[in-house]
Amino acid sequence: MEKTSKGHFFKSITRFEQAALVIALLAICIVFSILSSSFMTVLNITNVLRQVSLMVIAGIGMVLLLLLGEIDISVGSLQAAVGIASVTVLNATGSIILALLAALATGVVSGLLNGIIVTKGGVNSFIATLGTMAIIRGIGMVVTKAVSIPVRVPEFAEIGAGQLFGIPVPVIISAALVIFFYFVLNHTIFGRQIYAIGGNSEAAKLAGLPVQKIKLQVFVLAGVLFALSAFILASRLDAGQPIAGQGFEMQVIAAVILGGVSMSGGNGTLSGALLGMLILGVIQNGLVLLNVSSFYHDIVRGAVIILAVYLDERRKKNAAKQLLRSSNK
Amino acid sequence: MEGEFLLEVKGVHKHFPGVHALNGVNFQLRRGEVHALVGENGAGKSTLIKIISGVHNIDNGEYLIEGKPANIRTPHEAIEKGISVIYQELTLIPHMSIAENIFFSHLPNTRGKVNWKEVYEKTRELMSYVGLDENPRTKVGYLPVAKQQLVEIIKALSANAKIIIMDEPTSALSNNEIENLCRIIKELKSKGIGIIYISHKLDEILELSDRITVLRDGQYIDTVETADVTQDKLVSMMVGRELKDMYPRQACEPGEVVLEVKGLTTEKVYDVSFNVRAGEIVGFSGLMGAGRTELARAIIGADKRISGQVIVNGKAVPADATDKALEMGIGYVPEDRKNHGIFAQCCIRKNMTISALKQFKNTVKINRSNETLSVNKMVEDLHIKTPSIEQLISKLSGGNQQKVILARFLMMNGIKVLIIDEPTRGIDVGAKAEIYNILDQLTHQGLAVVMISSEMPEILSMCDRIYVMKKGRVTAEFKRGEATQEKLLSKAI
Repeated sequence: MEKTSKGHFFKSITRFEQAALVIALLAICIVFSILSSSFMTVLNITNVLRQVSLMVIAGIGMVLLLLLGEIDISVGSLQAAVGIASVTVLNATGSIILALLAALATGVVSGLLNGIIVTKGGVNSFIATLGTMAIIRGIGMVVTKAVSIPVRVPEFAEIGAGQLFGIPVPVIISAALVIFFYFVLNHTIFGRQIYAIGGNSEAAKLAGLPVQKIKLQVFVLAGVLFALSAFILASRLDAGQPIAGQGFEMQVIAAVILGGVSMSGGNGTLSGALLGMLILGVIQNGLVLLNVSSFYHDIVRGAVIILAVYLDERRKKNAAKQLLRSSNK
Repeated sequence: MEGEFLLEVKGVHKHFPGVHALNGVNFQLRRGEVHALVGENGAGKSTLIKIISGVHNIDNGEYLIEGKPANIRTPHEAIEKGISVIYQELTLIPHMSIAENIFFSHLPNTRGKVNWKEVYEKTRELMSYVGLDENPRTKVGYLPVAKQQLVEIIKALSANAKIIIMDEPTSALSNNEIENLCRIIKELKSKGIGIIYISHKLDEILELSDRITVLRDGQYIDTVETADVTQDKLVSMMVGRELKDMYPRQACEPGEVVLEVKGLTTEKVYDVSFNVRAGEIVGFSGLMGAGRTELARAIIGADKRISGQVIVNGKAVPADATDKALEMGIGYVPEDRKNHGIFAQCCIRKNMTISALKQFKNTVKINRSNETLSVNKMVEDLHIKTPSIEQLISKLSGGNQQKVILARFLMMNGIKVLIIDEPTRGIDVGAKAEIYNILDQLTHQGLAVVMISSEMPEILSMCDRIYVMKKGRVTAEFKRGEATQEKLLSKAI
């Protein structure tokens, strides 16, 4: 492949940034391992990865949406709705497969709903999903009368807690999904089209790309991924909880943006997002180990969101400056 | 006559990292003279203007104003010395009134209290001078571009400008508005104001200017009296070689009807019918806002149709799906390249293949080596100047970007109709001729081309048939050879 230093401006910026993210991740790990003796243990690291893997599965869906220039903040509410739906089916039938199908179906329905409101209704996706976030959370509350539904099939817990070759099952699932979607984004037509639409949707439309269709597809795909993370969450909670996933949307979005995925679409990588999620996961884990009150976690999370968006804005400004400089020559 | 120049630049050099942007450039401006500055993109015109207006400082050479060293270090000092620049992209503040925009840097006041009466009176006086009939309190954002430009000129006059620099002033104007601008320029001349005029439109320069200075690749080529040159001579000075024929069109025997539009109606287009045969170039002439772009958008299904049909090779093109139109072989090269054409954050390769990705698919994966091969071939065939196909498209010149967008559709196997909207807007002369050549060759391979253009010479020389549009309707059809500038204009207004 031909390479020029200038031509790879954006790539080099992301590479440079990803190097910075790796360094940040290592630094945070070192700090926590000094502060807490239980941080650098196999048990804790497995635990962190298990926790992060839920964010990663949902995060992939969020990356796809953000690359398109869209967003879905109903992901947190969906964690509850999917948990309730799958645990209800599980308890009624005793079948984990049917419970999984119920979970995925719920994800498809919610993705379709969001996608149709955005593409057919022309509603801004932040507002549209702000609405569905409340609706889905509300439905969960109504259906359960705000009472958690316990799981009555003991094998179900194995999904979240189980291990394969010493590796937690959720970690294996999320790793497989990361590899699969890395391939989709970088080597398939669908991936190319997502970047193009997010970069300039009008140009994409005029170049003959089925913009609305792809947006709808990605909303549904993201819904399915959100449902999968919710399914595993339900297994870990061993219940369908109507309050599950509160604040999850902010966690996912902050981590992904921290990882260099632009809010305005068309720019970002899955590997960067993965680093962002690991950083946020490690910080949360470290705070727990240091016995910091969970109220402080919210403060840290808020600060991370602002930092992430600030970095995104700065990135955009630098890119614009660079373009201006090159066109002025 | 020979005495003092209003402005003189002698042997000026300017370096940027890696670029020798100006290499010994000379330029003089007399009182009451329109002095045009021409050259291809990257020739150094903008750099010279930026030096004159204080944005950049010179590395080497002399810059004199009325025979004395200019000592201009900042844009503000340039304005104080009577130099005003009217940029291509206007710099007015949209939510401020005409009067405020004109006077905001020097509001007439008594001890800090603004004399609004005086402001509005002066504004009215200046407005009548340039023929602008508006309320001075009107917010500038509500004015059309042509009127905003007049406000810019008034602003320059109110700052007592002795030298006015106009950078592509007519690129967004209709013919009427251009005429008014020409009239104003003549008045400014008679007041002894010197005007530096930059434009890609050579016919306009030949009509308006007294002298012309040609730059090429940062070098000073020559300064000539306008009366002594022809357009061909000017072009060859700009590109450094003889352009035998700017317009290579050799009409070929038209084939079957490929594109047929019947009674197409949208919110902006009324009952338009026409057809295009294989091997034909059909032009759409008219003023800006005549509905030509909207017609193109309706054909490919990007805008809603109210009624009417679009047929390609006997099959109806769906009304609301640009992907279906593309699949049926219609490509559209948009007018607004920057906002509607390119994917600025992507490289040349990804920009070029986005519409033809299916051709590079094996099972599920895009075959990178096939893709690279095809892109490299296109880069070679269309003479796209770039160090690498991985270069960001936004780093290319306008002409090369346009070639990439053209290639986007030319590399498609099933392409039958190409609609190209303002094919050479903002493109320098050399690349223009190349694009005409490409279009001509394509028709010989059986492509049907629809060319929307506001440039009369281009449409008259390249098209086999010409439709004229006005207010969303087709008002005339001409065969090649029948049409003249006057005829097209009379049907467009």
